Order: sequence, then structure tokens, then C-alpha cells
Amino acid sequence: MDWSFFHPFWAIGVPMALSIPLGRLMARLLDPPAERVGRGVDAVPMFLVRLFGHREPAAMDWRRYAIALLAFNASLFVLSFAILWAQNLLPLNPDGKGPLTALGYKDAAGVQHDGADTAVIFNTVCSFVTNTNLQHYSGEQHLSYFSQLGGILWLQFVTPACGLAVMLAVIRGLRGDKHLGDFYLDTARGVVLVLIPLSTVLALALVANGVPMTFDGAVKARTLEGAEQTIAVGPVAAEVAIKQLGTNGGGFFGPNSAHPLENPTPWSNILEVIAIILVPMASIVMFGRMIRDRAHAAVVYGVMTALLVAGASIAIWSELHPSPAAEGLPVATGTNMEGKEVRTGAVAAATWSAITTATSNGSVNAMHDSFQPIGGLVPMSLMMLNVDFSGIGAGFLNMLMYVITAVFLAGLMVGRTPEYLGKKIEAKEVKLAMLAILIHPLLICGGTALFAGTAWGPATVANPGPHGFSEILYEFTSASANNGSGFEGLADNNPYWNVATGVVLLLGRFPALVLPVAIAGFLSHKKRVPPSTGTLRTDDLTFGAMLLGTVLLVGALSFMPAVVLGPIADHLSTAATNP
Amino acid sequence: MSLLTHTPIPERTPPEAQAMKIQRRQTRRLKLFEPALVQMATVRSFAMLDPRNMARNPVMFLVEVGWVLTSIIAVGSITAGAAASTIVYQIALAILLLLTVLFANFAEALAEARGKAQAQSLRATRQDTIARRIEPSGESVEVSSTELRTGDRVVVEAGQVIPADGEIIEGLASVDESAITGESAPVIREAGGDRSGVTGGTRVLSDRIILEVTAGPGESFLDRMIALVEGASRQKTPNEIALTIILAAFSIIFLIVTAALYPMALYHGIRLDIPTLIALLVCLIPTTIGALLAAIGIAGMDRALAANLIAKSGKAVEVAGDVDTLLLDKTGTITLGNRRATLFMPMGGLPERELARMAAIASLADTTPEGKSIIELARHSFELDLMAPDGSRFIEFTAQTRMSGVDLPDGSRIRKGAPDTMTEMVRSRGGRIPDAYQETVDAIASKGATPLTVTSGDDIVGIIKLEDILKPGIRERFARLRQMGLRVVMVTGDNPLTARSIAQEAGVDDFIAQATPEAKLAYIRKEQAGGKLVAMMGDGTNDAPALAQADIGVAMNSGTQAAKEAGNMVDLDSDPTKLIEVVEIGKQLLMTRGALTTFSIANDLAKYFAVIPAMFVDFKALASLRALDLMGLATSGGAQSAILSAVIFNAIIIPMLIPIALKGVTYRPVGASALLRRNLLYFGLGGVIAPFLGIKAIDVLIDLVL
Amino acid sequence: MFRELIPSLRACAVTFLACAGIYPAAVWGLAALFFPVEASGSLLIRKDRSVVGSALVAQKFESDRYFCPRPSACDYKADAASGSNLGPHNPDLRKAVAERAEKLKATPERPAPVDLVTASGSGLDPEITVEAAEFQAFRVASARGIVVERVRELIRKMTDHSGAVLGAPARVNVLQLNLALDGEVLSPR
Repeated sequence: MDWSFFHPFWAIGVPMALSIPLGRLMARLLDPPAERVGRGVDAVPMFLVRLFGHREPAAMDWRRYAIALLAFNASLFVLSFAILWAQNLLPLNPDGKGPLTALGYKDAAGVQHDGADTAVIFNTVCSFVTNTNLQHYSGEQHLSYFSQLGGILWLQFVTPACGLAVMLAVIRGLRGDKHLGDFYLDTARGVVLVLIPLSTVLALALVANGVPMTFDGAVKARTLEGAEQTIAVGPVAAEVAIKQLGTNGGGFFGPNSAHPLENPTPWSNILEVIAIILVPMASIVMFGRMIRDRAHAAVVYGVMTALLVAGASIAIWSELHPSPAAEGLPVATGTNMEGKEVRTGAVAAATWSAITTATSNGSVNAMHDSFQPIGGLVPMSLMMLNVDFSGIGAGFLNMLMYVITAVFLAGLMVGRTPEYLGKKIEAKEVKLAMLAILIHPLLICGGTALFAGTAWGPATVANPGPHGFSEILYEFTSASANNGSGFEGLADNNPYWNVATGVVLLLGRFPALVLPVAIAGFLSHKKRVPPSTGTLRTDDLTFGAMLLGTVLLVGALSFMPAVVLGPIADHLSTAATNP
Repeated sequence: MSLLTHTPIPERTPPEAQAMKIQRRQTRRLKLFEPALVQMATVRSFAMLDPRNMARNPVMFLVEVGWVLTSIIAVGSITAGAAASTIVYQIALAILLLLTVLFANFAEALAEARGKAQAQSLRATRQDTIARRIEPSGESVEVSSTELRTGDRVVVEAGQVIPADGEIIEGLASVDESAITGESAPVIREAGGDRSGVTGGTRVLSDRIILEVTAGPGESFLDRMIALVEGASRQKTPNEIALTIILAAFSIIFLIVTAALYPMALYHGIRLDIPTLIALLVCLIPTTIGALLAAIGIAGMDRALAANLIAKSGKAVEVAGDVDTLLLDKTGTITLGNRRATLFMPMGGLPERELARMAAIASLADTTPEGKSIIELARHSFELDLMAPDGSRFIEFTAQTRMSGVDLPDGSRIRKGAPDTMTEMVRSRGGRIPDAYQETVDAIASKGATPLTVTSGDDIVGIIKLEDILKPGIRERFARLRQMGLRVVMVTGDNPLTARSIAQEAGVDDFIAQATPEAKLAYIRKEQAGGKLVAMMGDGTNDAPALAQADIGVAMNSGTQAAKEAGNMVDLDSDPTKLIEVVEIGKQLLMTRGALTTFSIANDLAKYFAVIPAMFVDFKALASLRALDLMGLATSGGAQSAILSAVIFNAIIIPMLIPIALKGVTYRPVGASALLRRNLLYFGLGGVIAPFLGIKAIDVLIDLVL
Repeated sequence: MFRELIPSLRACAVTFLACAGIYPAAVWGLAALFFPVEASGSLLIRKDRSVVGSALVAQKFESDRYFCPRPSACDYKADAASGSNLGPHNPDLRKAVAERAEKLKATPERPAPVDLVTASGSGLDPEITVEAAEFQAFRVASARGIVVERVRELIRKMTDHSGAVLGAPARVNVLQLNLALDGEVLSPR
């Protein structure tokens, strides 16, 4: 019996089921009542925060919270830059990896330049500080173990914790708390109480499935036919666990979870795909607990799930079609297997592609570039919407901006000044929410236009025709959505791409974190209006439909022309050439 | 005290008054496209093309810029000798963009013109009357009313028109206010007390008053309102600003999208036509709501004015939609006028008819509504011919005796008064108190009615039961308010027991009994502390603090100047039920904005499907995009007709929606969720589907013509 | 902002120790304790202690005597893995598929299994579908001069059904199948 169609039920159903207890637990651990702060397990993060120099949890307003976030991230940026820059001087380098700056690149004219590309470090640091993990380098080729641990693994823990911290602060603001909490304590709690325990469990499960965890260097093998094969190994399992759990996505190896040492079996595959979406899902449950409005959180959760299911369905449908490349050739009918692994197959690859882009994870278990045009459109669209569970914390914040927009329009339509969770939404909040929404299409359309219209884009694409355009579009979409997956055919390791996407990464991350904190800061001071029958309900199906409609309409209207010139044209060109 | 005073309107039975009011408003209601107004608006829409004016509205400003660019390109094409078809296309596009801007201006100008016309009919009454101003010397001098300033004193006599808004400082007069309220029955206005305010343009029918002018020319409420509807002093309300931000953000997104399209197409080796890109941009930006936004705001004020409400700002009308709590006076709003006699309860073996006769005769000189209702009940029940015998001496109610009555020539002394006063009197004189008397009094009081004890000589002979009579249909009205999410609070001077009973009967959510102005103020503050918005109506000077505290304070036009200053609306009808209308007008205003915004943005999907395939079908590299031409536009009439169809639809939808903008989306008190579903279906889903049909129809028409 | 720099730098130091020091050390220690073989890469080691390869990593097989794994875009380099990243409409992909089908001597009557004509995502896919193994059985048997039934029997024996409930297809590990053909059954150690 072919069980492949059950795969999405495991991949989406299991994390859904787990998200409820985990979300409750997270609400308890990350937002303890005042009398439990620093007691029980909370003593551990409290101990760390004392090491940071805080004697007591600070009571931060939105400005101080935002400043702490930015200061911490600036420090992360500088330190991780230093680590990557000096990797050849640092320990834990059994394979003697050279400096990352030595990576060469081809310029737009096709001339090879060797070495001295600091831009790749800039890009990598931007990418990991923003919880994106877009990789213009290839892990097993270019990074020492110290860089993998110190430059990558570290950021893979603290950046999702930052997102989670900001989410906690924003929820507190929406709830009307007097202050938004202590950024450092929130971050420490996220790392110590959520991410490290989950990662440790997952890492060991992955090792059991065959993911290496060693500090020995690459293995030299003499193959059965007598050839030499160098097999890169390393502390893979530790990194892969947090890569999946922390909406990071940056793998140890170049091909990410398509690599058999990063994702060796169907069981490791299901564990990893569940890990992608578990914490983002649980954080919405946590939101409902914290604001004590589970019905509203359920509506948000439902809208996100609906988008995810729709995306996964379309991707699966698309990838089950045989590749047009084999049409008319003596090849058995089958699924589109180019760029996919046998142990996962088309359904699991398509499901993963939807889940990894719905969340801003970006790890892959198959090459998206070789997906069918519509199969490639799904991850692209989910990143364009960027609200579907999305990054830990960040996804909720993105969705919040749409919630505010939907609440505003729906509020007007019921004849009241719009209110959200009892707080009036006025010009100030609307302005910030629209700014946050506006940045995304600006970065994607602007970046794509810049590279498509100049030689920078066409010179680096790997595929001809509209598919090449899709590669450029995908790269900017992934960068702006802080996703990190790619149409990897794109030769993006050159200074133009490194600088452009680096800037997009930063602009896609920090305004999206700071603007909601500001909104929450404003809202926290507003009086709560008690609901009446004339109040817009945000906890029923009607509002769910309104929210879904707003997300889809804004997304469709912002990106339809770009999508038409890429994946749609790519898709239609088949119809023309292969009747 | 203000709570006990009320306008004389209840003299007429409510259905009649209601019918009159509606009739009056209808005579003032203008046809939507009144030819004179349309003409005025058309002229004005051209004048409004001034970019300084257009910059107020970012969306339409963008269209105007697009129009200028397209025109320049068209001129360029002509001088460069481009193909005739290109020139025709570009000129057509330029004309359509201009039309789009003009339609938007027309919508605003028409709303302004209607408001102006509405206001004009009110203002007509107050043009240049002759006023007799009292100089400091004490003489009176005839001056034009336009020369009057605040603080001037004028004397007005029977038959003269009151020259300005003012407050009576001396005298009492009956005034015909029909010019502004449409009520033909004269009202009494007098110095001191809470009915001292008079409005310019009304006529004194009897007596002579001296009034102090409270508003110089152009400063009266009416003048302010006229300025608001004329747009002269109209400022964007906070909600309008927030919506404008959303519209501007969408415009920026679409500007980015269209601007990016040109280099993106370059990737495919395609150089897109700039006028076509401008056409796409104009189709996408929310021109429909951008064009109608100002008109919706003005129309809201206009509707308020049509309901004889003068709002001091546009914001006041808007906030009305948010009101959570409504403070309504019991008397005149919830109940018909004052209490009415409903039952004679004789005691000590007296026949009921006899008690009725005695009570009625005792009330003959009583001009209070209660007194009149006793006579009325006696007449109706027993067809008595009531005449006081000659030589009867009527005893008036005084604060000391707290009873009234009559001494008849035959020596009988009939008195009526509150039970406790009467019992005390009877007891002190050793009169007879019937056995069941006290129980009956208590029973009546506990039901919320008022007992009135009647004595003859020293004996208690019976009780008159006075009851509050609810206005017909008031329960249903409150149910409707509850559906709207409002809490109704009844304000009454009654004791808590009575108040509770009436409150239950009327179905209000809460009541303030023995209400003093301080109690009202405290209640409003308490509600506001809970985050609620409160609306109330008042007329007296001592209502002023509460009116000022309330989020919506509607002052009755008959009220004092202080009350009118404190409130943010004035009701020319002085109708206590007006608050309900105020709320509905506010809600309708917001709903219209939300619905048309949703419609406008939902429209864009179809426009994409019209314009995008049309942009590319003529280029070989992307000719396959023809598959997206769901409407078959480009196939039937070529790419340019497809684009023109979309632009035409985008333009003509503006005038087509003017009626909705001006009349407002129908408000139904069905609860927020049902309302949202309804509007989402009509304006969201409808907004997605309508343009598919509309653009296709226009395309078919174009193909037929060309 | 500057006032915040001191705690942020200290926070960096502390979290660095926790995330990049304690956590990986703990995972490494536990892995070495409980799963030493898997932790070092599931290596297949000959009696002479030389490494044949990893059970989880494909290696190149060109001889007809061996089953060949899926095509690799990185020529089976296990220290520089990658997929082809060719789009479905890329003529290069069509060319590559056609060449592979031809090399496999596929005909319309005996079409090549999809996984044997498409490059895997990693370029190191260690497995092929049972169909792909069956497709090669005759060629391997002829090259080795043994009856095809024996090869088929071996395929059946080596078929991995694990994860079927998750939707994974039945599949065969090429390296281990080829080792079995040579009669040298090594398990990872």
C-alpha cells in the first residue's frame, strides 16, 4: 500500500497535536507570574541574566526593549563577524579550512575573481543574525567546526530566542501590562527553557538515525571500485536539531536536509519536518494563553493552518506530475524526482517545501530549483505572505500587522472605530502596521527589479527563460522573508548578491521586530474597551475569513506581476512547448 | 431642575409628531442628483484640479500626476509622428485619467453642494433682519442683525424675528421655532431657568423679551455647521486620517509594483509601454474610495443636518458610532410626558364616580400634566361635565403645604397631595384613615406608580393612581439598541423603587434614580473609566458639566447657552430620542468608509487579470500569458481595448457609487458579526466579482463601437 | 544605546558558552556514549580497517558488475555535495535525462525508472527504488555471469521497507547491495 499520501497528515497533524501542550508549557515557563520569577526552573535563566549584569528583571518600556534588542543584535553581528573572519586562526579546524574571505566569485562579465570577498562574511552574518540562514557558502566546504559552532550554532539559538522575546513583549503590550518585560531575561528563558532542551532531545534522536556527531575531520574512504572518496562529517546533529527547531534552516552541509548525513532516514525526515513547525505553532497557542483569549488565537492558528494546508496540497499535486524533461523519452512515468532523494520522495519533499517556507525556516530536503514551476511557486508564495506561522516570534508579529489591518477594515464595516483586544486602533498604530507590511513588497519587488533589469541577475542565473527570473525573485523573497531557502542554481556568491541580499535581510528583520514592539507599547497605554454586541469579534469564523482574505488579497496584489513573470510564465511555457 | 423640565413637544401625540418630522425632513431632502447642484458640482470639479487642492488626497493626486505624464507622452508621440493607433490610445488614456480625477472631484463637490443647499435653507431664515439693540444709555437703536456682536442686548417684541442666537435675560415669550425645527406649535422661552435659549431666525409670537446675543455673525452653531458641510473648515477626522494612511500605503505598494514591472520585463527582453504602466497603476491604487472618502465624510455631516442635528465637528458625528452607553432621560424619552392618572381608588365606601368628580374639580386649576390627566381620566371614565361652582377657591400647590385643591362654596374642602403629607395632615386633625389605606399606598408605590391621596374635609376618601406610561414601541427600540451593542441608562428624578420598576418595564439596562447633575457626571465618569464612550442629552445649565464630560453631548436647542456650549452637538428639534439617530448616523459613516475601501481593493484582482495579460500578449517571449486573460479581452479586441476597458471601469465606478457614498451603507442592528458577514459578502466578494463583469461588458461595448 | 552595550556583550559571552560550548559538548558526549557508530558517520570498515565508505553516502559505481546509484550532480564528492538545480524546462535537464536513459539502454517498452535518470538533491543519495534495482538486475547478473534470480533474491533480501508508514518507498542501499554481491557483508561500525 502506498502510504505517501499520509505523509502530510503526519507532518502537519503531529506538530499540531504537540503544539497545544507545548504552547501551554511555554506560556507557563516564558511568562511566569511575578511570584514564580526566578524560582524552580526559572532559576536557570535568572542565573544567566545575573551573569549579564541584571540584578533583578528590568521593567522595560517599548523603547528600552527595542534598544536592548538592537544592541544585543549589534553585538552578535560584530562578534560572529569576527569569528568567521578569523576562522583559519581559530581552533577546531581538523580539515584546515582556509579563510572564508578566500572564496572566489565570477563577476557579471564572467571573469573569475579569486579571494578577498569579505562580502560573503557580511552576507553570512546578516543571514544568521536575522534568523534567516541564507547560505551563499557551502558548509562542509568552507566552514571550520569552530565556525559551525561559534558562528552558526550560537546564532541559531539566540536569534529565534530574540524573536520569541519580542513576541512575548508584544503580547504583554496587547494585554495591557505596565511594562513589556526584560529583553535579556526573555531571551535567556527562550534559549534555556525551550530551545536547548528540545534541541538536545532531537539531536540525540537524529544521531540514532545516523546523523554524525563528531569532532573528527573528514573521513578518507577507498570505494568498492577503488576510488578515493572524502566524506565530510562533523558535529552535525547538534546543529541540525536547532536548525530545524529554531526556524533557522542553515544546514551543516550544502544540500541541507537533502544530504543523507543530515537527514538519513524517513524517520529522521519526519522528526525534522515536525521540528520545523513545532515551536512556531506552539507560540500561537502560547499567545492565546497569555492574552486569555484562546478563541482569537484559535482563529489566527486556523488561518495559518488553512494557508499551510492549501500550500502543501498544491505543492504535492504539482510534484506528483512527471518532469516535463522526461516527456517523450523512454522513462517510466513517475513523480518529479530531479533534486529529490529516494527515501523522501515527491510527497514528503513537497510537504517539507511548504512547511519550511510557511515558517521562515528555509531548510530543504530537496532542491526547490528543480521543482515544477507551480511546485516552486508554493514556497515562493508562502514566503511572500510571510505570515504562516513563519519565524519564531517574527511570524506572529507579521500576522499581527495583518490582523491590525483586517481589524481596521472590518471594524469600519461594523460601524465602530476599530478595536483589537479591546484597544482602539488609530492612526499611529495603522501607520506603523502599514509600514511593516509595505517593507516586504518593497524589498522583494525592488531587489528583483534591480537584479532583473541589470546584468547582475541574468549573469548569475542557472536556468534559461522565466525560470531564471524565478531564481532571482526567489532569492529576494527568501531574503526579505528571512527564510533562507533558495533556488540554489543561482550563482549568488558574489559581492553584488552578498551585499544586496545582506541589506535586504537586515531590513526584512529588524523593522518587522521593532515596529510591532512600538505598536504594543502604544496599545499598552490605551484603555481597554469592554466588548459589546456592537464590537467586532476577532474570535469567530467571520473574522477568520476576513483575515485570510486580507492576507491573500494584499499578497496577491503585491506580488502577482512578479509571480506572473516568473513561475506562471514558466508554467505556461510548458503548455506552449509540450502540448 | 433640568430633569423635570421638558419641551412642550409631548403635548402632541408622538406618532403625529413623528410623521410631521419625517414630512418636514422630506421636504428638505434633496434629490440625489438635483440638476442645480450637479451643475454647481461640475464646475467646481474643474476648479478642484489645482494640485495644491489635490495634494490633500494622496490617491487622487497620484492619478493627476499620471494624467499629466500621459498627456506629455501623448504630445510627445504626436510630435514624433508615432503610429495613429498609438496616439489615439494615449490620448484616450489621458482623457480617461482626467475623467477619473474629475469624477472624484465631482463626488466631493456634489456632497459639498448638497450640504450647502441643506444649510442654505436653514440660513435663509436669518438673513439681515432688523434688530433693536439696547445701547448702554438704555435707548434702543435699530441696527442690522449682521452688526450684532456677542454680548449685545436686543429687545424683541411680538411679531418680530429674533435677530441672533441668544439667551433671554428678561421676560417670557412664546416663540415660533418652525423655521428651524419645523414644529408649528409655539414654545415658551423665558429668562432664568433652562428654557432661556433662543435661536436667530425664529419668531416671537407674543410678549416681549430682552436677550443677550451669544454668537456674533458667522459664529453661531448653524454657521459653524454650514462651514463644516461646505468644506471650508473641514478637517480630516482621526479615523479618516488612519484610513488615508492605509490608502496611501496601498498606493505606495502599487507604485512599487508597477515601477518594478518595467525592469522585471527587461529581463524577458520586453520594454513596457509607460502609459500602459500608468494605466495599470491608476487601476490598482484605491481610486474608488480615494475619490469618495471626502464625500462620505461630508455626507455624514449632511445626514446629521438633515436630522436637524448640528454637530460642532465631523469628529463628533464619527465618535457617535462608537458610543457604548446612552444616558436617556426618562421623561419624554422613555415615558410619555409626565405621569398620568390611570385609576381612581375610592375608600370608605365612596362611589368611584364621586371620587373622580372630586379629584377632577380639585384639579381644574392645576396646569401640570398630572393635573390635566386626572381631569381627562375623569371625563373619559364617567363622562362628567366638570364645572367649578361659582365662588370656588382654588388652593395652589406650594412648597410649604405640598398639596393643592379647592374650597367649594358648599364648604367642602377637597385636597390632593403626596400620601405622607396628607396622612400627617389627616392624623393631626383627627380625621379618618381607612383600614386598607396604607397597604394600598405601599402597593402602588412598590409597582413604580405614584399614589396621590385625596381628602375631603379631614378624611381620606381615596387614592389616585398616577402611572408612567411608556412610549409606544420604546421596548423594541431598546432591543434594537442592544443589538447595536449599546447600553441604555435611564435617568430619572424618581425614587429608586419607582425607577427600578419603570426600568424593568422599559427594558433598559441600568438607571440613575433621584438623579442630580452630580450623579449623572459621576456615572459618566465611571463608565468612561471602564473604557466606554457615553452619550447624553441635556438642556439645563446644570447639565453642562455632564454634557462636557460625555463623549457625545447633545444639547437641546431649547436649552441654555451653557448647555449648548458644553455639548458637541445641538439638536434643533430638542427631541430626546435623537440620541439614537445620532448613533446610527455615526455608524453609517464608518461603515460606508469600510465597505467602499474593501470594494475598492477587492476590485484590483480583476484589473490584474485584464491588464497584465494585455501588457504582454504582443511580445513573443511571454505570449503564453494569454492564458491568464480569463475575460477574453485581449483576444476579442486587442490589448489596448482591454487596458482601456479596465481604466474606464475604474473611472465610471466612481460616479456609480456616489449614491452609496452620499446615502450611506444601510445600517442594520443585527450584531457586529452578521453585519461584517453581510458587508464582506456585498463589498468584498461583490468587489471581486463586479469588475470581471463590468470590464468585460465595457470591452464588448468598445469592440462594438470600434 | 551605549548603556545597553555592556549587558549585551556579557549576554553574548554567556549565551556563546551555553549554546556553542555546553550544548554541543553535551550532545557529543551523549552521542558517543549511546550511538558511537552513527555519531562517527555510519562508516563501513573493512577487516584491514580501511574505510569503504559510509552506509549513508552514495559512491560512484561505473562497472556493469555493480548496481549504479542515482546520478549525481557533484560526481559523488562527499565533501562538496550538491544537486543539479536544473529547472524542469531547462533543455540541459532534458539532454541529461535523455543521455542517462540511453546509457541505461532504456526503450519505450522497458522505460528507465525515474530515479535512475534524475540527479538526487544531495548528489549522494545512497538508495535507489526497488524498481531501479530490478531494472539493473539483469545487467549485473550478466556481467557477473550469475543467474538473475540470485541477484533478484539479493535485492529482495536487501530491500528496506522502513518508514513505509511515513510514505517512504521501498528502497535498496546501493553500496550495501554491491558489497553483498561481492559477498562482503559489512555493517556500519
